[in-house]
Amino acid sequence: MRFSFSAEQEEFRTTLRRALEARSPTKEVRRLMATDQGFDREAWQKLNQELGLTGIHIPEAYGGQGFGFGELGIVLEEMGRNLLCAPYFSTAALAATAILNAGTEEQKKALLPGLADGTVTATLAFQEPNGSIDPDGIAMTATGNKLDGTKSFVLDGHTAQLIVVVARKPGSKGTDGLSFFTVAGNAPGLARRKLKTMDETRKLAQLSFKGVEATPLGRDGAGAALAKTLQQAYVCLANEMVGGAAYYAAAALDEGDNDMPALASLAKAQASEAYLQTAIHAVQMHGGIGFTWDNDTHLWFKRAKSSEILLGDANQHREKMIQAWTQ
Amino acid sequence: MTTDTTEESVRAEVRAWLEANWNPNYGLVEWREKLCESGWGAPHWPKEWYGRDLPVKFNAVVDEEFARVGAVGVAKAGIRTLAAATILAHGTDLHKQKFLKRILTGEDTWCQLFSEPGSGSDMAGAVTRADKRGNKWVINGQKVWTTSAHKAHWGLLLARADWDKVKHKGLAYFILDMKQPGVQVHPLKQMNGHASFNQVFFTDAEVEPEMMVCDVGDGWTVATTTLMHERRGADGLRSWATASDKKGRIYEEERAEIVTTMEPYKWYPQRAGRVDLVMQRAKETGRIDDPVIRQEIARLLIMSKSAEWTARRARAAQEQGKPQGPEGSLGKLVASNVARQAARVHTYLTGADALLSGEDSPMGGTIAEILVSVPASSIAGGTDEIQRNIISERVLKMPRETSVDTTKPFKDVPRNIVSS
Repeated sequence: MRFSFSAEQEEFRTTLRRALEARSPTKEVRRLMATDQGFDREAWQKLNQELGLTGIHIPEAYGGQGFGFGELGIVLEEMGRNLLCAPYFSTAALAATAILNAGTEEQKKALLPGLADGTVTATLAFQEPNGSIDPDGIAMTATGNKLDGTKSFVLDGHTAQLIVVVARKPGSKGTDGLSFFTVAGNAPGLARRKLKTMDETRKLAQLSFKGVEATPLGRDGAGAALAKTLQQAYVCLANEMVGGAAYYAAAALDEGDNDMPALASLAKAQASEAYLQTAIHAVQMHGGIGFTWDNDTHLWFKRAKSSEILLGDANQHREKMIQAWTQ
Repeated sequence: MTTDTTEESVRAEVRAWLEANWNPNYGLVEWREKLCESGWGAPHWPKEWYGRDLPVKFNAVVDEEFARVGAVGVAKAGIRTLAAATILAHGTDLHKQKFLKRILTGEDTWCQLFSEPGSGSDMAGAVTRADKRGNKWVINGQKVWTTSAHKAHWGLLLARADWDKVKHKGLAYFILDMKQPGVQVHPLKQMNGHASFNQVFFTDAEVEPEMMVCDVGDGWTVATTTLMHERRGADGLRSWATASDKKGRIYEEERAEIVTTMEPYKWYPQRAGRVDLVMQRAKETGRIDDPVIRQEIARLLIMSKSAEWTARRARAAQEQGKPQGPEGSLGKLVASNVARQAARVHTYLTGADALLSGEDSPMGGTIAEILVSVPASSIAGGTDEIQRNIISERVLKMPRETSVDTTKPFKDVPRNIVSS
């Protein structure tokens, strides 16, 4: 399997790094993180028109660039490096991936072009206030197509125009009875509240659904599609954090590696601790000034801390990895 | 003091005095002036300076008697205690007359102007200048990490007065009037959102010659006294943070004083990791049953208990008059390890909620505050790196680190921050 970057990929990284350094200096990060929305919609659309980043791993048939997780990983790592404040992880790594895994051909054709060209921002709402990353944690019910319940820790959930939701048939348990749905951000019965977060560069929201009319995405029995989406999300987040083991995992995703459940968790566990350790050292090396607000080090420290926790911490992923390897 | 002073005799004496004098209707300063006259506010201080010349060990007895009747004591919190200790040890009679009483009454607040941008832990490397102009000293330069500087009336200032001497020998120690045009104070916001410290800028700030605490060259010796008291008092700050909840004018005045004085320190418990909350949180979150988390908690508690017992053993040895052992040097380093491990455990216990802050974070924001305050524990009050140097040189007797800055005149020492 390929696990070093091609000349084209290195070239792409260089171009991207230059573009993001110009667009996302920490002065801009500080400006955007202090806003409720957390990003600048005009700048976001411009970025997508010029570089086509949201569509990077979306096939050309659905308006994307047709690359794989290797390239998506490069984009995420460079965005993480510059703390770009934009709904990229939510739209590309979560929502587009979920639609690719779960949607019907018609739905992919209908939904993905808007995501790919940056006109629609989207997210995936699967976690609930209990914070669990396992299917057991999902309590939201879908009675017919009506959704009731609460989602939490939803990335950019307060601004997303399209929300991919995971809910279950009343009375079902575990991976049984799970289905994906799509809901418009302004759907009647949906209340959205931005949560106060330690890492202000990454906005999270709590979404309350009261009899919200939703559109089914794909077929019933979404357990496998959800598991796949989350594995891909773990790898994406690991790439955003540090690269390293995450590069291999991204390449493995593109190869359709059978070992994926274990590899994805390995990458997330490894990245969680590596990034946090690096961030702790970075503050320490700066000394007292590294603990001040005006010094930029804390922006990455908080990103490292939030990335450690988002989508499950290192302990949880080590357990998942061992479970996958002992099955 | 006579040789037959005993715990009983001190107790009887202070009790009788309180019975005759304590009245909660006094104003705070008014009452403390009486404490200064009688010497009961600082019984271990000299008789001629508001004390009673009693051995320190009797302070606990006096405190107990004050607590028994609910009597308020002298102002004990904040940097003013370091000022008092330094002035008592090295100050002139003029300093003692001018400052000690107003320290005890709480009328004056103080700050400590030691650390600089280029010398946070290595304070003898100060480059703030003190130049003699006419008969006055003129101060130029910058200090940083100055707690409560924005409120302080007076500052304890370490500045370089002789650039031809080696590093530790060219320093002078002054008492600086903070309320003058040449002193500018800017608050320094931290990554946890609090602003406990300040940057202090001096532009031709002036010090009268009699406000010099020692001769040029002895500044570092005096600073060592201040620092020694700072380290000794570091544990005490938290216990001082609680005021009586009794009703009455004097209690209200004392509460207001404590709130103001303790404001910069209110996140300090979170900085230390809040080990005390771990078991409670483990039960609340149900994570207490998770074998991985149990190991993490156990590891933390073992480290924290060992550190506590070591500190207690050191204190007991000190009280028995034994020479200082290696325990003190280890304590600070272990404390930052404990804090980091505690932050790790709190993260695991809190799960996804650890992403949140403010009122969305568990315990009204306390957990989030732990996570973003702990990084200060390995920096403030001497970094982990400095602590390891101290341990290697003083405890393990390893050869001293090659020093390039203590063998030649300080003006010839290369520096990365050039003073104006």
